[in-house]
Amino acid sequence: MARTVSRGSKIGWTIAAWVVALLIFFPILYAFITSLKTEPEAIAGFSLIPSGTFENYITVQTQRDYFKPFMNSVVLSIGSTILALLFAIPAAWSMAFSPTKRTKDILMWMLSTKMMPAVAVLIPIFILFRNFGLLDTHIGLTVMLTLINLPIVVWMLYTYFREIPGEILEAARMDGASLWKEIVYVLTPMAVPGIASTLLLNIILAWNEAFWTIQLTTTNAAPLTAFIASFSSPQGLFWAKLSAASTMAIAPILILGWFSQKQLVRGLTFGAVK
Amino acid sequence: MATQNTKSLARLMMAPAVIVLLVWMVVPLAMTLWYSFQNYNLLTPQNVSFVGFSNFVYFYTDPAFFQSIWNTLVLVLGVLLITVVGGVAIALLIDQPIFGQGIVRILVISPFFVMPPVAALVWKNMIMHPSYGVLADLARFFGFQPIDWFAHYPLFAIIIIVAWQWLPFATLILLTALQSLDSEQKEAAEMDGANAFNRFIYLTLPHISRAITVVILIQTIFLLGIYAEILVTTNGGPGYASTNLTFLIYRTARLGYDVGGGAAGGIIAVVLANFVAIFLMRAVGRNLDR
Repeated sequence: MARTVSRGSKIGWTIAAWVVALLIFFPILYAFITSLKTEPEAIAGFSLIPSGTFENYITVQTQRDYFKPFMNSVVLSIGSTILALLFAIPAAWSMAFSPTKRTKDILMWMLSTKMMPAVAVLIPIFILFRNFGLLDTHIGLTVMLTLINLPIVVWMLYTYFREIPGEILEAARMDGASLWKEIVYVLTPMAVPGIASTLLLNIILAWNEAFWTIQLTTTNAAPLTAFIASFSSPQGLFWAKLSAASTMAIAPILILGWFSQKQLVRGLTFGAVK
Repeated sequence: MATQNTKSLARLMMAPAVIVLLVWMVVPLAMTLWYSFQNYNLLTPQNVSFVGFSNFVYFYTDPAFFQSIWNTLVLVLGVLLITVVGGVAIALLIDQPIFGQGIVRILVISPFFVMPPVAALVWKNMIMHPSYGVLADLARFFGFQPIDWFAHYPLFAIIIIVAWQWLPFATLILLTALQSLDSEQKEAAEMDGANAFNRFIYLTLPHISRAITVVILIQTIFLLGIYAEILVTTNGGPGYASTNLTFLIYRTARLGYDVGGGAAGGIIAVVLANFVAIFLMRAVGRNLDR
């Protein structure tokens, strides 16, 4: 950038940008501040200075067994992402390196399955889950989350794999590498960053999925989405505890998210914006 | 390079994902279609009978149906308007040379990572609550009567919450598009004497128009399915004032135990989503050819 910017205008833009950013971030910040207040303080009117108690975090654990839905979220999001990768890596791989005439059609069709409104298949899925005893089970929900994220996983991996230059493969083949060696020593090291990015984004998506997780669980396999939704009863005396539970529910994913801004654009636009 | 051997291997590697997705798409959808022609209530599962199109007629003549379609449209269009206009504005702002751009970006992007129930409950209780919320405190400070958002403007309140969740997405994508704009072009336009407004209309806007299209289409897909935000705030009420199509189907199927009616609603939702999907697929498909 060769543009010269006056210091004054830079300071002006900076102030404007920071005001907007802080306004947008405010609800998250305020939930965190409220989590450090006592319950009477939480409803005592606007204040940015909490008394600094950690009591709410302890109460959420002792009264509502917070650790259980938290671990369910961890298991479901990581489990479904790994399962999706197991299906998606070979598929994306073959589409990127041995494309046929139909590769594009298959990719578009996979994308189209993502367009199906979840609610349209709520009834059959619910009835199938009930009949097979899958309601409120880890395995049932893991499969569900795998299915809804699989198209995105395939697409993301495909856009990453496509960037691996094909000449490298040819060079390896010339040197007499077998297909297996080619995969292990040549391609895998080049594919790992793309796979890691895909993993990250899909853990985030699975963690925050709030339709199927609420519909198909009650207590046993309920992740944080369902747990937090159960706080929706309209009393006003639990805000500090709600805030503590909320803070713990979003903190890990918020931090992961900050590291995945670029992948987010790529993954959610199916490569249409880079 | 592709020998017969590698070709069949490629097909084999693709098969599991294709088969799984095929089953996932065909089986439940076929079941929904089947149920939509049945009189099937989970409370009386022994009386299942074929009823033709009467579920569709029933769903169609339900006054809540048109209200839910209307609410769905208002919700989607309202959120799109806020996020696209706001997203362009904020992306332009962040794209300026500012101090601490990285942190500003992080703050702006954050709401996207907040799970829907948390976002909705924080807004409902801590921001929009008529007696203890921040907005109520603010209103009282300026001498106004606090507004009971969820009683009087339930749909608008939900639009605000959902727009807050999606504004980061729009901003991030538009910012990515903005940053790919050649700075030499900008300078050339400046040297030619184009003012900021003209530069935006004739240079920036055409450059990001594609990203705007993508934002609109992708958000629409997700916004048609808004559910958790309604569940934890208004539960669709008062009456049907904040019930969208997704929520109406959920109500019919899960709370009313009406499998046939819910399935008929589901088919209508699929048709609606397909309209959007066709446009999105075209936009994405064009990119694939490049």
